Amino acid sequence: MDLYRSHVLVCGGTGCVSSESMKIIESFETELAKHNIEKEIKVVKTGCFGLCEAGPIVIVYPEGAFYSMIKVSDVPLIVEEHLLKGRIVTDLLYKDHTTDETMNSIDDVGFYKKQQRVALRNCGVINPEIIEEYIAYDGYQALAKVLTEMTPDEVVDIIKRSGLRGRGGGGFPTGLKWEFTQKAPGDIKYVACNADEGDPGAFMDRSVLEGDPHAIVEAMTIAGYAVGACKGFVYVRAEYPIAVKRLQIAIDQAKENGLLGDDIFGTGYGFDMEIRLGAGAFVCGEETALIASIEGKRGMPKVRPPFPAIKGIFDKPTLLNNVETFANITQIILKGADWFAGIGTEKSKGTKVFALAGKINNTGLLEIPMGTTLRETIYEVGGGIPNGKAFKAVQTGGPSGGCIPAEYLDTPIDYDNLISLGSMMGSGGMIVLDEDNCMVDVARFFLDFTEEESCGKCTPCREGTKRMHELLDKIVEGKGTMDDVAKLETLAKTIKGASLCGLGQTAPNPVLSTLKYFRHEYEAHVNDKKCPAGVCQALLQYLVIDDLCKKCGICAAKCPVNCISGVKGKEIYHIDQERCIKCGACLVACPFKAIKKG
Amino acid sequence: MKSIAELEAIRKKAQDSVKLRSERDGIRVVVGMATCGIAAGARPVMMALVEEVSKRQLKNVVVTQTGCIGACRLEPMVEVYQGDEKVTYVKLTPEDARKIVAEHLVNGHIVKECTIGAYEK
Repeated sequence: MDLYRSHVLVCGGTGCVSSESMKIIESFETELAKHNIEKEIKVVKTGCFGLCEAGPIVIVYPEGAFYSMIKVSDVPLIVEEHLLKGRIVTDLLYKDHTTDETMNSIDDVGFYKKQQRVALRNCGVINPEIIEEYIAYDGYQALAKVLTEMTPDEVVDIIKRSGLRGRGGGGFPTGLKWEFTQKAPGDIKYVACNADEGDPGAFMDRSVLEGDPHAIVEAMTIAGYAVGACKGFVYVRAEYPIAVKRLQIAIDQAKENGLLGDDIFGTGYGFDMEIRLGAGAFVCGEETALIASIEGKRGMPKVRPPFPAIKGIFDKPTLLNNVETFANITQIILKGADWFAGIGTEKSKGTKVFALAGKINNTGLLEIPMGTTLRETIYEVGGGIPNGKAFKAVQTGGPSGGCIPAEYLDTPIDYDNLISLGSMMGSGGMIVLDEDNCMVDVARFFLDFTEEESCGKCTPCREGTKRMHELLDKIVEGKGTMDDVAKLETLAKTIKGASLCGLGQTAPNPVLSTLKYFRHEYEAHVNDKKCPAGVCQALLQYLVIDDLCKKCGICAAKCPVNCISGVKGKEIYHIDQERCIKCGACLVACPFKAIKKG
Repeated sequence: MKSIAELEAIRKKAQDSVKLRSERDGIRVVVGMATCGIAAGARPVMMALVEEVSKRQLKNVVVTQTGCIGACRLEPMVEVYQGDEKVTYVKLTPEDARKIVAEHLVNGHIVKECTIGAYEK
C-alpha cells in the first residue's frame, strides 16, 4: 500500500466540474510531480461537498484546510506553499459571507454546523469511483448484516420502526411500501430506484449518485432481499452523465467483488441491477409513468390502484423508492431504528436533503434534521439573503410546491407542516425569493414548466395548465381583470381535484399559494397596473426625476432606441414611454440617480 | 465476495488509507518543512515518520508539516504535540524518526537524546 502524508480532496460534483475541477485535479498531479512529492500526497476526486456557492472546493487533510473558489492558476501556489512548505495559503481559504471571517478548517464553516449528514454522509469524503473507500467507511456492512443475521421480515420491521418516509416528495411510509411488496403474491418481483429528478433547481439525487453511488447499490440489494426480488432497475435521466457514469462504475465494481450477482456472501441470495436511462421528462418521476418508461413504453401515468407494489414493472410487484430514501437504508440497518427515529419530529423522522438556491448566500446542498425551522435553514445554514435585501418568500417542493411567506419562517420543516402551509416537501428544492421577485411572475414561471411537461393524457392538466398560463400572461401584461383572478382560482382548484397524476394534482400549487399569501400583488397588477417588485416589463416605467436631472445627456447617449430627448446643459431630459423598450440602460448610466423605475 | 471475513479484510486495509481525512485530535507530529528543513533533510525524516506510523497502525497520530520553526541550524526538527505538552526534537535522521515513533508515540517515553534540551547542553 502506498503511504501518503496528505490527501487533497477535490470536488467532482457536477457544479464544480462545470467550473473546471477536473483541470484542477490534473494541475495538482502535474505540480506534485514537478516537485517530486506525488508519492507523498494523494489527490482524491470526491462527490459534492454541498457548498456549491464556494466551488470549486479543495480540502487538504490532515489539516482539513477548506479552500474555496479555486482556479487552475491557484494550484501551483497551494502545492508550493501548503503541500511543500506546510504553510496554509490563507488568501484562498473559504471566507464566511456574513462575518467575513476566514475559515481555516471545514469544521469551522457555519454552513456545516447545523447539518447532520446521513444520506450525504460520504459525499465529499470518499472517492466515489473506488469501492475500497466506500468499504472503509463501513460500506456493505449493512448488506452483510442483513444477509447473514436477519430475516426479510426483520428487515421490513426495522425500516417500519425507523419511521422513514419517502424522500421523493410524497412522504409515504417506506416500511409499509416494503411490506406491501413483500406480501404481494408472485415469484418475480423487482426493486426500482427513482432517480428521475426533474424539479428546476433540485440536485439532491444527482449528488448522492455522484458522490456515493455504492450506497444505492447496497440499499437496493438489501431491499431486494427484504421483498423477495432478485433484479433492480435504476431509472435515471440521461442529463446526469456523471451520475450515470459513476453508478455504472459502482455496479461493475460490486459485481467484480461479488457484492452483486449470485450467491452474495455465500448465502445463496442473488441480486442484479441495471441502469435505465430516461429522456428527461418531468412526468416520468411519477411512479406509474416511470414504470411505463422502464418497460420501453411512452412515459405516461396510469390510474392507481393497482399500485406498483401489486402490479409494477412488467406487471410484477415492484418496490419503487427514491434515491435519497435508499441512501438512508444502510444507516438504519447499522445504527438501528431507534437511532433514526430519534432524529426529527413526531411524524417526520430522520434528516432531509435540500437544494438551496435563489436569493441566498450559501447556494448548495444541505442536510438537516426534520424539524429544523425555515429560519434556521435560510439564515444559519444558508447564510441569509445577499446584498441586504429583505426576505419575501421561500418556494419549496419545486413546481409542485408553493411559496411560504415570512410570517411562517419559524415553522419547523416536516412533511405535514409544509402541506398545511399549502406547499410540500417535494424532493427538496428550496428557492429563496427576496423583495425583487414578483410573486405573479414566479407562479407563471412554474406554470410555464408544468404546462410544458404535462404529458397530455388527461384534460384537466393538459388544457387547464395552458389556460391558467394564458390568464397569468394577461395579468403580467397589465390586461387582467379581477374576474380573471377569480377564474384563475377556480381553474386551479378544478385541476387540483380532477387530474390523473401527481403532476396535474400539484401543478396549481404555485398559483394557489401565491394567491393565498400574496393576493395583494395580483391586485396591484390588475387594479393599479403596477408590478410592486418591478419585474413585469409591460408594467414597468422608467421616469426622469426632474429635480435631480443635471441635463448631462448621458442617459440619452446610452439609450439604444433613442427615445430620450432633451438638450444638453439646457433642458431636462424626458423618456418617451411609447418607444421605450425598458432595457434599464439609462437607470444604470445616470450618475445622479435621477432615473427611477416604477 | 464469498465471505464477510473477506469484506472485513478489505475494510481494515482501506481504512488505513483514508484515516487521514477523519482525525484531527490525538497526537500531532509536526515536521519543519521550510527551505531550511528541506535542505537539511526533513523530507526523508517525514517519510520515515509516515511509514512507521502506518506500519504500526497508530490510529490517533497525524503527521503533518509546518514552515520554519525558527532554529534553522537545528533542522531537521520535529515537534510532537500531545494535549498541552510539546516535545521538540532536533537534528534528526530517518533512524531517529523511527525510534521516536516506537519509543515516544507507542511507549510514551521521550527520546531524550534527540530533544532540543539535550542538544543545547
